[in-house]
Amino acid sequence: MPGIDHYLWLSSILFCIGVAGVLLRRNGIILLMCIELMLNAVNLLFTAFSTYYQDSAGQIFVFFIMVVAAAEVAVGLAILVMIYRNTKSVDVSIMDKLKF
Amino acid sequence: MLSYLFYILGGLTIFTALRMILASNPVHSVLYLIATFFLISGQYLLMNAQFLFIVNLIVYAGAIMVLFLFVLMLLNLNKETEPQKSIKSKFTMVISAGILMITLLAAFIQNQHDPASLPLTDIGLVKNLGRVLFTNYVVPFEISSILFLAAMVGAVLVGKQKNEEMEEINE
Repeated sequence: MPGIDHYLWLSSILFCIGVAGVLLRRNGIILLMCIELMLNAVNLLFTAFSTYYQDSAGQIFVFFIMVVAAAEVAVGLAILVMIYRNTKSVDVSIMDKLKF
Repeated sequence: MLSYLFYILGGLTIFTALRMILASNPVHSVLYLIATFFLISGQYLLMNAQFLFIVNLIVYAGAIMVLFLFVLMLLNLNKETEPQKSIKSKFTMVISAGILMITLLAAFIQNQHDPASLPLTDIGLVKNLGRVLFTNYVVPFEISSILFLAAMVGAVLVGKQKNEEMEEINE
């Protein structure tokens, strides 16, 4: 079995790939997907530490993160569909109309 | 043996995640993200977290990614129409994400952790986790169901077309 260090490295690399995706891309749907990737990196680390300390609270917390992620995706995609209907694009850079 | 499996799974996970953010076609991005979720599920199985393995497969790789793919097809975005950022701003963003990664990894190298491998436990089995969930965490569980209901109503409310638009389409 690999140690806790390996899981720390793997999840921080995955999290930073998610951050890079959010910064690089302009498609709103892919932005949401990158947020999902970041949540998954955190879930992996939660599970690794839960196994490390033999405490099931971490895995319960992962379950609740999944619940929140599913709700977030449902509402986020509904908002994106609405934006597409009004502007014919899911480019996030056109959503700066509130900017002064 | 399990260590090799970890390295293979981890390397493939990083590869598919990178392909996900670099693919120019959004449908390829979704497919690479599904592969990433499958590989992360493999990591859960490696830690003997069987409940999370199944839930990750069903909820993430199943439900959520189908939702993404469905919206992508519905909006007809499966073409490479995304406008690109300028090279300069892309360079800046990759550098900033890389600096974050170097900071995190440096912090982990600084702190010496237990080099021993993870213990093999059975706390992640469906039976044990279900018992904990429905004894100690039953109130958060019920509150999360209310959150789901609110999200469902909110999604329908936000995504609903107005009546005038519907009449225009029908005419």
